[in-house]
Amino acid sequence: MLLVTGLGLALLWAPEDADQGPSQRIFYIHVPVALTAYACFGWAAWKAFRLLWKGDERADLESYTAVHIGVIFGLLTLVTGSIWAKVSWGVWWTWSERQLVLFLILFLFYSAYFMLRYSTEPGPRRARTSAVYALFGAVLLPVSFLAIRLADQLLHPAPLFNRDGPQMSASMFISFCVCLAAMLTLAGALYLIELTGKRVDARLRELRELLA
Amino acid sequence: MTGYLSDVTALARKDLVVELRSRDTVPAMLLFVVATLVIFHFALPDDSSRLAAAGMLWIALLFTALLALVRSFVAERDEAVIDGLLLAPCDRSAIWLGKTISVFAFLALAEAVALPAFALFYEPVTWELIAGVALANVGIAAVGTLLGAMAAASRARELLLPLLFLPLAIPIVVGGVGATLAEDPGRYLGFLGLYDLIFAILSWASFEYVVTE
Amino acid sequence: MVPGYDRIGEEAGGAELQIHRRLAQMIHARGLGRRYGDKRVLTDVDVDVGAGELLLVTGPNGSGKTTLLRLLAGLIVPTAGELEVAVDRARIGFLGHEPLLYRELTPLENLDLYGRLYRIPERRERIGMLLERFGLWEARREQTGAFSRGMLQRLALCRALLHEPDLLLLDEPFSALDAGGTELLLDELGRASSRTVVVASHLPERLGPIPSARLALGPT
Repeated sequence: MLLVTGLGLALLWAPEDADQGPSQRIFYIHVPVALTAYACFGWAAWKAFRLLWKGDERADLESYTAVHIGVIFGLLTLVTGSIWAKVSWGVWWTWSERQLVLFLILFLFYSAYFMLRYSTEPGPRRARTSAVYALFGAVLLPVSFLAIRLADQLLHPAPLFNRDGPQMSASMFISFCVCLAAMLTLAGALYLIELTGKRVDARLRELRELLA
Repeated sequence: MTGYLSDVTALARKDLVVELRSRDTVPAMLLFVVATLVIFHFALPDDSSRLAAAGMLWIALLFTALLALVRSFVAERDEAVIDGLLLAPCDRSAIWLGKTISVFAFLALAEAVALPAFALFYEPVTWELIAGVALANVGIAAVGTLLGAMAAASRARELLLPLLFLPLAIPIVVGGVGATLAEDPGRYLGFLGLYDLIFAILSWASFEYVVTE
Repeated sequence: MVPGYDRIGEEAGGAELQIHRRLAQMIHARGLGRRYGDKRVLTDVDVDVGAGELLLVTGPNGSGKTTLLRLLAGLIVPTAGELEVAVDRARIGFLGHEPLLYRELTPLENLDLYGRLYRIPERRERIGMLLERFGLWEARREQTGAFSRGMLQRLALCRALLHEPDLLLLDEPFSALDAGGTELLLDELGRASSRTVVVASHLPERLGPIPSARLALGPT
């Protein structure tokens, strides 16, 4: 949790950015948040895979929690991306920002995950069904990424790679890495808290049942 | 292997016979897709681009497919006939494959009407479009059948399926529209083929998990 | 309340028990339990059934008879305890509350589908023989959607018996059956002695003296 303050430090220390002015600073939040969301979804899919493959029942709650945190970070990505778009281009939403579009698709997809969970009876079957869907998410991610690229090309032809490698200065890069580490830590902490909460909840229900 | 294929054939043929007798799904799909095409005429300005017409066709096809998918497990869900199939010693993925084949057949039937209607009302139908539709059908049937089984086991049932399916169908629409309009439809057809391959394998492998306890 | 379990002939301590002991174990369950969400429908059941036995499961509505049979069939998994069934699902015949038949298909088509899935040799002969025996031959080409409950139950019995299962699970088999149907069923149960049968019924007197063991489930 201390690393969250590190995030603030990085924000103040880094503002030696070039032409884009202060608006560029949101980049230090936006991109790490997005990467963290990917990490959460990836973790969810990994846990889902463990559940299906090894029959590890605890993986159900872990996968669910990872999706939960991932959706929160995904939403944050959409919000920060939207702010960035407003500051840079003067509009709240732009379809030309591929990452944002991808997050919109993922957000829709994982919202359906919650719908699926809430409308299925708890039990081993729900665990597996949710796991299958979470696994689909991990596959949908690169496929959608490709799809958005292809769609972009169709709608307004442009060179495929318009952003080349890291053109950040060392200090920017360091700040970026600190921010990323901070976000990942934050997500990890939230994940553990949420997981503990959900486990306690489940345990409590079991105990109450034993008493009944 | 031959055993597996004969299971799949028996299951798919059963679905086709059931539909032939009940006529629940296909007539509804035909009416729906034509009505949708007509409605789009009134929703779009007259000087709309080819792009708009193609996009509209793909939306119509996708929503028509949802009708088939929503109905796909009704016969099994009502009166729990799925239990009978699950008790049988056949591989569970054969149930998925049989159902996918029958859904594919229903989609093809609906499109056999929708594409001529589209040609009549709007734009000529190209070979690329037909290829795109055929490839898209594979993906829709494969993924949709799996999600249909998930939705059939949930409380929300019909309501849940579109929510689960539409985010997964976005790449299909991209591929389909691209195949219809792009100067090099090959890469879009290739993309659809890739989608089919990945998601068909994934659905085939995971079907057992969503229908059994 | 813990369900009681007793084996007929046990108090006599006689030869019958000895015979059962020597038979191979078909079903072995200890502390078996199942809940749906927060609701417990079956608690702490111990059952042993040897091959060739007929177990009668009795109990009031809601005591978990159906759940027990679905557990034995492998349609659901236990949430507590252990359960072993000696045969795999290809050798189990299951008759549930629902006939598990397609309403749009005829008896012939329904049984043919299952016959193919169970890979029954000489499918046609077997199906024809069963339909004949259960008095459905005349109706073999009619859609089952129009059948009465009793006819559906007879056809469902044909479905459950189609592959000559080693373990037959019957959930309220007498429901909707008329006198003739009951006769046919009892006849069938008395027939093959190597087959293990579990019958759940709240009408135990219908079975008469056939059961070799009883399991009384109490309300949970």
